[in-house]
Amino acid sequence: MSTRADAGQPVEYSPSKVVEGNRYGWLFVYAVLYIAFLYVPPLFLPLFSFNDSIYVAFPIKGFTFEWYRQMAKSTGLLDALYNSLKVGAVVCLASTLFGMLAAKAMTRYTMPGKGPMASFIMLPLVVPGIILGIALLVLTNQVGLELSLFTIGVSHVLICVPFGMLVLISRLEGFDKSLEEASLDLGVNAWKTFWRVTVPLALPGIIASIMLTFLISFDEFILAFFLAGNEVTLPIYIWSQLRFPAKLPSVLALGTLILTVTMVLVAVAEWIRRRGTATTKPTAG
Amino acid sequence: MTSPAPIVRQDSRIQRFFLRHEWARGYALLSPTLAVMVLAMCLPVFMLAAHSFWTQNYLTIDETFTLANYEQALGWLWGAEGAKPIYIRLLWKSMQISFGVTVTTLILAYPFAYFLAFKVRRNKNLWIILISVPFLTSYLLRVFTWKIILGFNGVINSGLMSLGIISEPLEFLLYNPTAVLIVLAHAWAAFAILPIYVSLEKIDRSLLEAATDLGDGPFRRFWRITWPLSVPGVIASGLLVFIPTVGDYVTPKLVGGTEGIMIGNIIQSQFGKANNWPLGSALSIVMAIAITIVVLIFLYVMSLGRVRAK
Repeated sequence: MSTRADAGQPVEYSPSKVVEGNRYGWLFVYAVLYIAFLYVPPLFLPLFSFNDSIYVAFPIKGFTFEWYRQMAKSTGLLDALYNSLKVGAVVCLASTLFGMLAAKAMTRYTMPGKGPMASFIMLPLVVPGIILGIALLVLTNQVGLELSLFTIGVSHVLICVPFGMLVLISRLEGFDKSLEEASLDLGVNAWKTFWRVTVPLALPGIIASIMLTFLISFDEFILAFFLAGNEVTLPIYIWSQLRFPAKLPSVLALGTLILTVTMVLVAVAEWIRRRGTATTKPTAG
Repeated sequence: MTSPAPIVRQDSRIQRFFLRHEWARGYALLSPTLAVMVLAMCLPVFMLAAHSFWTQNYLTIDETFTLANYEQALGWLWGAEGAKPIYIRLLWKSMQISFGVTVTTLILAYPFAYFLAFKVRRNKNLWIILISVPFLTSYLLRVFTWKIILGFNGVINSGLMSLGIISEPLEFLLYNPTAVLIVLAHAWAAFAILPIYVSLEKIDRSLLEAATDLGDGPFRRFWRITWPLSVPGVIASGLLVFIPTVGDYVTPKLVGGTEGIMIGNIIQSQFGKANNWPLGSALSIVMAIAITIVVLIFLYVMSLGRVRAK
């Protein structure tokens, strides 16, 4: 029996509250444990990189910087680091450019076959890396190219373009495309509109894309393993050092540095990207 | 946007074509990226397929068409002479391990995605960044970390021994398929969360409210509303984890030992020590086809289930 008094009452629960229940329930505990599961294993790298013992085992012996000192003295490592930076720099710019072109086409034009084209560009995300690696190796060999940093770079662009495109699509969808249309209607040509309107507005996405693709290239091993010539990148150098137990602690030191820098950069890139998309969406919040 | 420009311009036919057809402009913009994809992915894979029909004589490749590589890879199935069962067995084992990894990651990821979609109200981005950061850090180092943890003198063994719980190192931790499964599940954990989270986030909250109003308890409501609507996300996550892990060779090499070797290791060795590129190409094509078949069967079964549910 519903009375008028009932109907006039403000609804006491919001839909989200019905679903929410207790916020700090067992799901919260589970989520914290899950994060711990993700983060605790990598923490053993820094722990043992400062341990004053050649053996990576408990109990901890003492604190030392020796392994970092050894690492900094290794010329092979520094060469590999330099190569990785070189490849990463070119790859991040190239894949962000290709990602941007694709993202612009995907978000601003109506065209047949857009969905299949997007899936096609994202294929490298799901094709096993080993297949892409050996396929490029076979082709390189067949056309008579030498394996080099260039072949590694090509493979990295291939797997980075999907990431760049995804990041930039979400950014381009985040702001009003009538801003670009207004510029075009006011007589600014497409090229200038791109540089003066689209690029500044998409800048957070572009920065995030450059950072993410750089990191993907910098850490990539599976493809580079097949496509490296005489010059190796850092992950391949690390792989070659894993065979020598005596080198293990300095590999840990190197790994610690890489993990720290990567984690900070990824967090910053994600923060820039997400802040960018959140502030410009009219319906956010 | 469709009204013609008032200024009369002398455009060439090509320019007019692009001005008139929006799709042409779109594809023009897309073409450099597509060109990269074709040159760096389609062409190499085509070359790989061609290679699988050739043979190798020490360092020279004989380009006459032959099915010998496929006979060597699969011949055991129909009892071809001299064909070894190892390739089929490894492929099967890789599928099993990847399937185990997929199921494990999905079961672990689902409650987290649920938590993220329904329980977190503020700082959602922070949680998402927290789970995506490890995924973008060095894969090699993450796998290597587990070697340190599970090893004979590793973290677990030395930790337990210095605590006096065990006197001998546990040997079953490393160098077996279970170790491969644990490490892969850890490495791909974050990847499984996002698609499930997106599908949960999209669910119209008023549906859940309606279910509650109509007398469904939390469990029934989850089973009848939330779960069916999140299935597409679960499928996407499953495929994203299953497909790349079948061909992995780093994890099995570092923590799998002889027991945990997967098809990826055999393929890799054909391009390294074993040095038989055509056989390696054939094996990778077989692996790709096998993955595709499994995925299609999986999707077919899922679609059957959903039709029946309707």
